[in-house]
Amino acid sequence: MKKTHIVAILVIAAAIAIIVSTAGDASTYVTFDQAFQMAAVGNKNSIHVVGDLKKDAQGQIVNLENSPDNLSFSFVLLDENKKEQKVYYNEPMPPDFTRSEKVVVIGSYRGDLFVADKILLKCPSKYQEQKLNAKV
Amino acid sequence: MFHYFIGNLGHLFVIASFVTALVTTFCYWRATNTRDLSLHQYWILNGRTGFILHSVFVLGIVIALFTIIYEHYFEYHYAYAHSSLHLPGQYMISCFWEGQEGSFLLWMFWQAVLGVVLIFTQRTWEAPVMTIFALVQTFIASMILGVVIPGLVLKIGSSPFILLRDAMSDPIFSIQPNFIPKDGNGLNPLLQNYWMVIHPPTLFLGFALTLVPFAFCMAGLWQKKYTEWIKPALPWTLLGGAVLGLGILMGGYWAYETLSFGGYWNWDPVENAVYVPWLILIASLHTLITYKNSKTALRFSIILVISVFILILYSTFLTRSGILGDASVHSFTDLGLSGQLLVYLLFFTFAAAALVILRWKEIPATDKEISTYSREFWIFIGATTLCLMGFQVLVPTSIPVYNKILEIVGLHSNMAPPANQIEFYSRFQLWFAVAVALLSGTGQFFWWTRIGKEKLKHELLAPFLLTLIVWAVIIVVARVTSPVYMAMVLAGVYIIVSNVKVLVMVGRANPKLSGGAIAHIGVGMVLIGILFSSGYSRVVSLNNTGLLYNGEMGTEFNRDNLLLFINEPRNMAGYEIEFLGERLEPRHKTGFVKRTEVDVTDDQYKVVANRDIIFRGKKLYDAKDTIEIYPENTFYEIQLRQGEKVAATLFPRIQYNPSMGGILPSPDISRGITRDLYTHVSSSMNRESEPTWGDTEEVRVKIGQQFFVNDYVAVLEKVERIHEIRGLALENNDVAVQANIRIEGEHDTYLAKPMFVIKDQKEVGRIAYEVGELGVKITLLNIHPDTNEFTLGLNGRQKDWVIIKAMEKPYINVLWIGTGLLMVGFTMAMRRRFKED
Repeated sequence: MKKTHIVAILVIAAAIAIIVSTAGDASTYVTFDQAFQMAAVGNKNSIHVVGDLKKDAQGQIVNLENSPDNLSFSFVLLDENKKEQKVYYNEPMPPDFTRSEKVVVIGSYRGDLFVADKILLKCPSKYQEQKLNAKV
Repeated sequence: MFHYFIGNLGHLFVIASFVTALVTTFCYWRATNTRDLSLHQYWILNGRTGFILHSVFVLGIVIALFTIIYEHYFEYHYAYAHSSLHLPGQYMISCFWEGQEGSFLLWMFWQAVLGVVLIFTQRTWEAPVMTIFALVQTFIASMILGVVIPGLVLKIGSSPFILLRDAMSDPIFSIQPNFIPKDGNGLNPLLQNYWMVIHPPTLFLGFALTLVPFAFCMAGLWQKKYTEWIKPALPWTLLGGAVLGLGILMGGYWAYETLSFGGYWNWDPVENAVYVPWLILIASLHTLITYKNSKTALRFSIILVISVFILILYSTFLTRSGILGDASVHSFTDLGLSGQLLVYLLFFTFAAAALVILRWKEIPATDKEISTYSREFWIFIGATTLCLMGFQVLVPTSIPVYNKILEIVGLHSNMAPPANQIEFYSRFQLWFAVAVALLSGTGQFFWWTRIGKEKLKHELLAPFLLTLIVWAVIIVVARVTSPVYMAMVLAGVYIIVSNVKVLVMVGRANPKLSGGAIAHIGVGMVLIGILFSSGYSRVVSLNNTGLLYNGEMGTEFNRDNLLLFINEPRNMAGYEIEFLGERLEPRHKTGFVKRTEVDVTDDQYKVVANRDIIFRGKKLYDAKDTIEIYPENTFYEIQLRQGEKVAATLFPRIQYNPSMGGILPSPDISRGITRDLYTHVSSSMNRESEPTWGDTEEVRVKIGQQFFVNDYVAVLEKVERIHEIRGLALENNDVAVQANIRIEGEHDTYLAKPMFVIKDQKEVGRIAYEVGELGVKITLLNIHPDTNEFTLGLNGRQKDWVIIKAMEKPYINVLWIGTGLLMVGFTMAMRRRFKED
């Protein structure tokens, strides 16, 4: 066997290892119910949940609680099945949090509370304005 | 007034550049395929004229678009969406490439420049190479074409010259079709940074440069000149590697200075999308050099060169088609070009693959076994490792693409990118970096000396020992304990030591050849710099207040952020940190102005100094001077002290820009030789909502009498009659008095001036005075002429506060110095290779 063949085999093996490890480390988009079940069976992986902030009839965000020292906060997120879940985030509230339309939380359940390690905010207005804010 | 002419002219240039690119492709293609010499000359001349015309048109588009931005023609969507009246001049350039159309234009511009250079320098390769060039230009020009094909409902490209009323369906346009907004939306504040003026052009020049080796490679395969293309392609590959690398590093530096995620690299898909092609480009560079010297690995080189260009197209597709969606925070929005981008990507992928397959058998290959002691072997292994390194990043970055493909075939996939990207990628990339460093350190010995088994030991012994000694010193001094980091330091030191040895050896013989060694020393320093600045990045603002948010969370959370009340120092991580107040930035002078030193005016862009303003011992303004400011920016003065010594005074920024999605923080960095101190504001007081004031406390005081307000000592200095209020003269029947109250703050003395007005001898008005920094509001409630006393109403509120995160980044300068050396090395190697012709 030529040396190049050995190298080729090693490369293929490494490539397969990379793909397998990616598949293993990849997170998933789930609903809160699925996330809860995962936590219940001892799966501690961080998962992604996409949802909307809970709002009242006037469009005001409700159940948004800042900690007294402003260093962390919690909010209620509605996932795609409209299930409500309290989410805790151990960072100060991002300045544009209340303006975001969709929130992706990455984290896991601790008991009944969903603890987010990271929050991605989707503000469609950020790069492409929808309405003219014209001063006539 | 609508400026139709400039937009129409611009759009005409776009169409003309598209047509000329297409015609040029045809001319050069005919020139390549004809055997008749005079006919060949005829087509070459046509092609050349076509491409130069094309380049002129591209320049015309650039000028037209820039005119629209610079002259604030807000009837155009591009100017409205990306610029505004108050945008500083230098950032007008950044507006140009904030939008996708402008960045395509930039890309096209660089390729036009490179094409012209090639026309005049590469006469033998002109026809086939320029066929590829013009074809690529045709594809890119189509992205900004903005033409709707009649009959079919198909829009090709998105023109930057579209009018606002055509781009937006706002009701105002049906009432008032000629409506032009007074001001634009403004440039994304994160892009208002000098790095954003030079980072995109550098990056896109890097993109454009990858086309040159690709075009030569395609031309070589097409013309069956399988080996000759390497010589002209090599220096361009070097230039591409340098420029693309520089562009990526500038992006990282911008992120470090501007974004507040606390670092220079975040493994975001947008970053990965350029990192992968760069790795493969570096791999191809090494195999091309090997081929030039020893005629091996030609097929491998060809595949690598093609892959680089295809990966650039793939990264363009990823970042601009909107496919990354939920996966990336800062990808471009979808302009409806995904289809076109996909065609662009697939066309060149399949065309290149077909050509390679067609010619595969004819590409010369060596059958002889390569020796383990040859430099070719080590370069080959190194290049393969670089490819795997890129592959490891590419596979997870493409997860959204797999989901999309599965969705198209009717399956549902909920795969998401790894939850902690930094941790995930670093874990793998670190070991790849170690491997690459060890390989390239060893490879250098084989490169410059033909050595066998026996001599190898002798050659490697000294560098090995030296490496171990330096390594041990670093490990002990810097207290490196993690085995992974130890390995990384070892690899970094090894590559530096072995290349210093080569540098000494080669530099003595011929200094011009030392570019490679210098670049590799740079790589070693970059590795060590990354390791220390990221691996040993330390949160200084670790919270130890003992305040718990709630019982159910327990104490397991580390609080990385710190709440600072104004003028209340806090001790953490060996530093005393104090928030000293809010600052404004004057438009025309360097330095900062305290918010309490100025009074607002009706024009939000102007404030008036209420005393002499001194910044760092230098007088900036006299009292009563009008100062032009940036109203959207607030800076927070944060002082870090070690003992009595001020370690750093930092001014992290918050930019308030409602039309850009709210509030954007930017860090400030205090640079030191051994470490940087990095601070950003995580949260601040909400300026929009009225603060909650405590109950009014009334005091009756005489002139000169002391009293307490919100725990500060205050004294009523005098009460005087005034004749105008904020520039408004009073009527004859009106009486107004103003009290001057001095309040002693921690660092400063503040003057509060509440007013008491009697209109027409009956109506009483009271104008309260707020000292924001102290959280104090004073109202002159009543005057008692009988006892010479005055009743003051005092309100207190929570003092101003800010939440910050501060970090220490040790030895980050090693990274920047390494980057500099890398660039020096590249430049030297490039000079040598360009001169070889």
